[in-house]
Amino acid sequence: MRRTTLTVNGVRHELDVEPRELLVLALRDHLGLTGTNIGCDTSSCGACTIHMDGQSVKSCTVLAVQADGAEITTIEGLASNGEMHPMQSAFNEHHALQCGYCTPGMIMAAVGLLQENPNPTENEIRSDLEGNLCRCTGYHNIVKAVRAVAAG
Amino acid sequence: MIPAPFEYEVAESVDHAVELLTTREDAKLLAGGHSLIPLLKVRLARPGTLVDIGRVSGMVGVLDAGEHLVVGAMTTLSDLVADASVSVGCPLLATTAAQVGDPQVRHRGTIGGSLAHGDPASDLPTTLLALDAELVVRGSGGERTIAAADFFVGFFETALGPDEILTEIRVPKTGAAGTAYLKFHHRAIDWATVGVAVVVESQNGSISSARVALTNMGPAPVRASAVEAALAGADRGAVARAAEAADRGTDPPSDLQAGADYRRHIAKVLTRRALTQALS
Repeated sequence: MRRTTLTVNGVRHELDVEPRELLVLALRDHLGLTGTNIGCDTSSCGACTIHMDGQSVKSCTVLAVQADGAEITTIEGLASNGEMHPMQSAFNEHHALQCGYCTPGMIMAAVGLLQENPNPTENEIRSDLEGNLCRCTGYHNIVKAVRAVAAG
Repeated sequence: MIPAPFEYEVAESVDHAVELLTTREDAKLLAGGHSLIPLLKVRLARPGTLVDIGRVSGMVGVLDAGEHLVVGAMTTLSDLVADASVSVGCPLLATTAAQVGDPQVRHRGTIGGSLAHGDPASDLPTTLLALDAELVVRGSGGERTIAAADFFVGFFETALGPDEILTEIRVPKTGAAGTAYLKFHHRAIDWATVGVAVVVESQNGSISSARVALTNMGPAPVRASAVEAALAGADRGAVARAAEAADRGTDPPSDLQAGADYRRHIAKVLTRRALTQALS
């Protein structure tokens, strides 16, 4: 076991984890934050996307011990004071989800891409979301939602 | 999927990491983890100890050293893509890094991790081979420099010794040369089915030299020597014919992604397109 400190959605946690523990399982099983999904478990699908020190990462491919000391934001940390994050509202308004399984990771990736590129073209949105797979084929409305947030 | 148990050590310096590699049974370095952790999860890799070099200072960033760039081995691929000295001095390195994985993978994956892993389907080894880059490694015997042509030895095999760490990569600037990296891959799998990196020096349509390297056309990246020979001193009209020799001397695998014959075909097409792009 290794003592590991994670600040998740602004709350500091000290966890004892095995070195082999994946960050996504630390979030889900230790902290009960089950909004972050596990999809492919091979860093292809992006369902497990969170932000680690301000950058989008796939939490199924990070060891919890690697994140020791890091600031983590999960889908649960986006809303504030009961108000959805603008990206969450845009996904709602533009019907950017069907089954919803990819949605937490898709929203975290979308928020991350606008942080790095606040005014992306449609092509840039599509290529920057290449690490997130939606099997309901909802990409078109997802891109519309991201464009709506970028346009303010 | 959960990896098999392993001991975990955080290296505080390169020397500390070398010491851990030397003293621990079956130790392996952990950089960004985006090649290694997937293998740990399916238990194709089962190291005794993981030595995490993610907190070693001085291994991150790009230094402009005049004739070449010095790239710290722990520089992430997204930092390579965004680095101004790379975009100006060696744009091929940035355009290749931008084609690895996806934004999330590039935020964590490092150039050193990618090179030391030695996966025949990875993109950066091919580009460094075409660029005639040098890799600086440090081990218990001191520091040595290995040419990219000597570094990639075989299938997941490099010239790194068991106690050695890749610390930096020296990448010659490409100046006025035209460059391109193109790859063909399955939509949901970013590993290259085939890739090609080209560096072409030309003047008024006449090619003085061309360096062409291929991804996944054998157990390690390989130079397309027949193409290079056909283009030296030729004009750009020779590109289509020269590219037909791209698969000569290669040993492409047959796997779920593609058969060997199909890979040979793609290599010729991509080589023609990459050369045309680099010369335009």
